[in-house]
Amino acid sequence: MQTNSIEVADLQKSYKELNVLQGVSFTVEQGSIFALLGSNGAGKTTIIKILTTLLKQDGGTAIVNGFDVASQPDHVRQSLSLTGQFAAVDEMLTGQENLIMIARLRHLKQPRQVADELLTRFGLTDAATRRVSTYSGGMRRRLDLAMSLVGTPPILFLDEPTTGLDPEGRLEVWKVVKELADGGRTVFLTTQYLDEAEQLADRIAILHEGTILASGTLMELQKRFPAASVEYVEKQPTLEEIFLAIIGKKEEQ
Amino acid sequence: METIQKHFFLDLSVMLGRSLRHILRSMDTIITVLITPIAMMLLFVYVFGGAIQTGTANYVNYILPGILLIAIASGISYTAVRLFTDVQRGIIERFRSMPIAPSTVLWGHVLTSLVSNAISVVVIILVALVMGFRSSAGILSWLTIVGILALFTLALTWVAVIPGLTAKSIDGAVAFAYPLIFLPFISSAFVPTSSMPPVVKAFAENQPVTAIVETIRALLSGQPVPHEIWVALAWCVGILLVAYIFAMRAYKKRV
Repeated sequence: MQTNSIEVADLQKSYKELNVLQGVSFTVEQGSIFALLGSNGAGKTTIIKILTTLLKQDGGTAIVNGFDVASQPDHVRQSLSLTGQFAAVDEMLTGQENLIMIARLRHLKQPRQVADELLTRFGLTDAATRRVSTYSGGMRRRLDLAMSLVGTPPILFLDEPTTGLDPEGRLEVWKVVKELADGGRTVFLTTQYLDEAEQLADRIAILHEGTILASGTLMELQKRFPAASVEYVEKQPTLEEIFLAIIGKKEEQ
Repeated sequence: METIQKHFFLDLSVMLGRSLRHILRSMDTIITVLITPIAMMLLFVYVFGGAIQTGTANYVNYILPGILLIAIASGISYTAVRLFTDVQRGIIERFRSMPIAPSTVLWGHVLTSLVSNAISVVVIILVALVMGFRSSAGILSWLTIVGILALFTLALTWVAVIPGLTAKSIDGAVAFAYPLIFLPFISSAFVPTSSMPPVVKAFAENQPVTAIVETIRALLSGQPVPHEIWVALAWCVGILLVAYIFAMRAYKKRV
């Protein structure tokens, strides 16, 4: 029997006059990738903030890993890690120091060893002793994700994990997210990119103006909405495909 | 949760280590909090000092308390900068979503301020010693001085927390510190207030810096605890309480 990692029922939140969330409900199965799809300002970040105990809801309930976010925030925090919209890394520290810091705050026995393992896994070993301020955007994001994996929390929240990344960086992040879910973790991510949700998610929920308009697997959504029509169109490679092909060739040489 | 309380001091030490690294790696911070007050002390003693009549033979002794307060006032402005950066970069949200006590981040910055200002005070006193500063203060007087300076630092640090959390830009986060750095100039820190015109004199004699400077100066010269100490303590405690209340309110609102 499948259990749910996240259960949200009738979640409401407003900032002064603005009703950001107007009765949001959904569930996320354990070990799955759940994508919350919506345009800017739809309320995605507000939901993430409530689920990660950073913000209190006005109404409704949210259960994370079996704990109520409002009444058991400490238990909820033990169960999750948050990767925010902008890489939340310490620029003045080195990559290794960043990871050791998080490992110590999670009270792990061998912070240095944990840090080194993650550096290797995310291909940051060469940059380990360099200050993060010298890192590229993709490297920062990788470090950011690595920091979220310290202490192996069962549920990962990723708020727009690929916003601002170049195409290569995006693919890297996608690969990591898929690996995490294969390893049994639950991944909750928000995105404004349709293809990202399509590529990654087991289930997708579409958030618009504070309510969930539709949710389900990609196939379920496809069935429910306009029937597929057959058209013959000469398929041109997308710019992304061209870009990656060129880069790929160059790296092979 | 029990474990979160148990680890509070351990977590605090991680935060302290983190911000002390920030300070050591920021040349800008070291220049502002250490080199500038020392340069000012050199300037006043070896350039202006000869023309200033304070009624005491040793001008280094006279200005040291004021220099220390300037160093602390510029030191705490960096607490605002570090806090502002943490909020902007989102790292504060990462910490807040982790199983650590929610106040750890804030106390980490406050503790860093106390430790780093203590270090700059010690270094400045050592330089003053080389420049001819001498004190006949006993252990008890020194402990009182340490207490007053720590209280002053703590009070101003909580003041700094407010713009650190609420400022819209990095310039806004530090702007509050300029009047604080300037305050010692309109006090008895560099020249006796008796030489000032009435309005300025009235201001100078009734602002916190004069009471603190007079207290420390009396203690350093081996005199008994002056009655100004109560005025100095009242200012520090008053600022501390008001700033703490507003800072906590800003913290709850912001994160």
